[in-house]
Amino acid sequence: MSHAEDYTFETKLLHNSHKFDSTTGAVSVPIYHASTFHQPNFDQFGKYDYGRSLNPTREALEETISDLEEGSRGFAFSSGMAAISTAFLLLSKGDHVIISEDVYGGTYRIVTEVLSRYGIEHTFVDMTDLDSVEEAILPNTKLFYVETPSNPLLKVTDIKAISNLAKKHDALTFVDNTFLTPAFQKPLLLGADIVLHSATKFLAGHSDVVAGLAVVKDEKLANRLAFLQNAFGAVLGVQDSWLVLRGLKTLSVRLQQSTSSAQKIAEFLSEHPSVKNVFYPGLKNHPQYELQQKQSTSAGAVLSFELNDENAVRQFIENTQIPVFAVSLGAVETIISLPAKMSHAAMPEEERKKRGISNSLLRLSVGIENTNDLIKDFSFALQVSPEVSRI
Amino acid sequence: MVQIDTKLAQIGNRSEVTTGTVSPPLYLSTAYRHEGIGQSSGYDYVRTGNPTREILENAIKELEDGDQGYACSSGMGAILTVLSLFQSGDELIVSSDLYGGTYRLLEQGYKKWGLQTHYVNTSEPNEIIHAINSKSKAILIETPTNPLMQQTDIQKVATIAKEHGLLLIVDNTFYTPYLQKPLTLGADIVIHSATKYLGGHNDVLAGLIVAKGATLCENLALHHNGAGAVLSPFDSWLLIRGMKTLALRMDKHEKNAKTLVDYLENHDAITDVFYPGKGGMVSFRIQDESCVNPFLQNLSLITFAESLGGVESLITYPATQTHADIPEEIRLKTGVCNRLLRFSVGIENSEDLTKDLEQALAKVRQEVTQ
Repeated sequence: MSHAEDYTFETKLLHNSHKFDSTTGAVSVPIYHASTFHQPNFDQFGKYDYGRSLNPTREALEETISDLEEGSRGFAFSSGMAAISTAFLLLSKGDHVIISEDVYGGTYRIVTEVLSRYGIEHTFVDMTDLDSVEEAILPNTKLFYVETPSNPLLKVTDIKAISNLAKKHDALTFVDNTFLTPAFQKPLLLGADIVLHSATKFLAGHSDVVAGLAVVKDEKLANRLAFLQNAFGAVLGVQDSWLVLRGLKTLSVRLQQSTSSAQKIAEFLSEHPSVKNVFYPGLKNHPQYELQQKQSTSAGAVLSFELNDENAVRQFIENTQIPVFAVSLGAVETIISLPAKMSHAAMPEEERKKRGISNSLLRLSVGIENTNDLIKDFSFALQVSPEVSRI
Repeated sequence: MVQIDTKLAQIGNRSEVTTGTVSPPLYLSTAYRHEGIGQSSGYDYVRTGNPTREILENAIKELEDGDQGYACSSGMGAILTVLSLFQSGDELIVSSDLYGGTYRLLEQGYKKWGLQTHYVNTSEPNEIIHAINSKSKAILIETPTNPLMQQTDIQKVATIAKEHGLLLIVDNTFYTPYLQKPLTLGADIVIHSATKYLGGHNDVLAGLIVAKGATLCENLALHHNGAGAVLSPFDSWLLIRGMKTLALRMDKHEKNAKTLVDYLENHDAITDVFYPGKGGMVSFRIQDESCVNPFLQNLSLITFAESLGGVESLITYPATQTHADIPEEIRLKTGVCNRLLRFSVGIENSEDLTKDLEQALAKVRQEVTQ
């Protein structure tokens, strides 16, 4: 008899329904490269027929993420944007979306440049302000789209409150859970309908696979998304599915190290005279600190901070030794990015400024390196930065 | 100088400037174009050198503080490559409590080819000195040993080896350079079954060698390329990926192991617990041989399988698995009895692991007393 349902999250990462292969006992999930499957019965076709529709390796990942998010069904896509775009296809012409104003630039691009062409309307709001969310509701509002903490300003949205509001208006709630992962936050348990992930980030964790995931709780909604996944076909390949599964095994230890470092780095930066602002929901002065504590078990491993000006940013980047200066986040390696020119370059400057994404804002995704090595590195790089007057 | 956990996380990063890739590229090419006669990019044929494998070889060299690293197709491939250094008539001194695969290779292979091995308890330096003769060429130790976790003082043995002009080879599979660096303690060669902690995910078979000293390194390079038990580019890449989380995994393995040692020591169905104080490997003896099979069958979280060092907890029965090739008489003499189980503690939640042991041991008690 198994007591698998009682396992803690960190054990579930290693022991789930795909703990070993039933044919050979293999403890690592086999990679099935097959694009097609033999049908032994003329009258009744088997579970697997064509690789786009279902593949055992991708299925293992889909079941694993569904289990971790406590949903009923998981879906793996070829990228985070493929997951998000496919989920948006649940909408129809004439529908209206309410969306976090400082949403990821790629999502912003899809909503403003693609969905708009299909006749799907949108309103960007500050999701942390429930009054303005309510004001934005229209009779045709069908979806509330939340990123929390948001990218790159780490604003925290009350998932439960938004889901309740959505339910009242017969609309759906999608939550992008990329920054925290189910290790720290489970949106489906807080009332969301679909959880979305860029699994490229913390879930896979090694800067070596591009992938997206979606998890749904409601069976009818799951069937609709399954139809779209197969029809649209932006599915994840089998090698990448396997790499994400492999990455998931160390999710817990990676996040523990990265978040513990992120907290210390956020505190270090907050006290540094050359740093203007630090955005991290693990800091007590963060406007939604209490909410973050309530709906999640950690503030995560991503933080943003602002230096005096673009020149200070340039000097800082040129003087750091350990981090990679690159787009993306959620890796074992620490990554620094410049949202204005990277993740949010798709957003017009005017829009960026309105959202507080200045040209001297840096986003830091803390890796698993030694904490003191990172702080030493930043301390050195900041020496050359001018002191700033605190806001 | 950065700490070892920083080094590990950064393996392969900044490996090339063309694209700035963070994850090192996987080069599957078996051949490399030459610009002209005598003009090589440094890579000629994949067995001799491959850019992906080279990243791994440089990483393990740095982690072990050696001069050169060699990636092999398995841990046994690494041992085979090292044993190629010797010739007919040479003699080796080897830990008596050692991995069954190494024993098999020495007894069923190298003995035939004229290499004689003396097995001694290497944790007793005097036994080593006693076994040395004019034909002795090297001392090969595992520390801690597999499966009885006996520790050998590397520094002491290194002194003996130097005094007698012998090479000291240390199998560092159980501890990895995160916990122990034999080359800095005087060893000449370190070998690894990288399938274990270094790879860490129970999904890649690999061996590694690191050596110190120019002549020795050249000789090893000759045999590494000559015999060709080299690691494939893809497995090299997977191993690099695994090594990035070694520090976190090992910290968790060790923390869990300590909790479980404490639990097992206080369980009355367990008669002996062997733990060297570091790392994630624990061996223990269960009360009665008749309990072994029911215990293994009743485990639901921990997997009964051969191998170790992965994120998932595995329990091995050395008598019929890893040490089956060692004659029973010798096996029993060294303490690898039929009640001994070897536990590779994973990175699961320690309470989940304790619960699994608890329920399995409780069921064994019921079944055996019925």
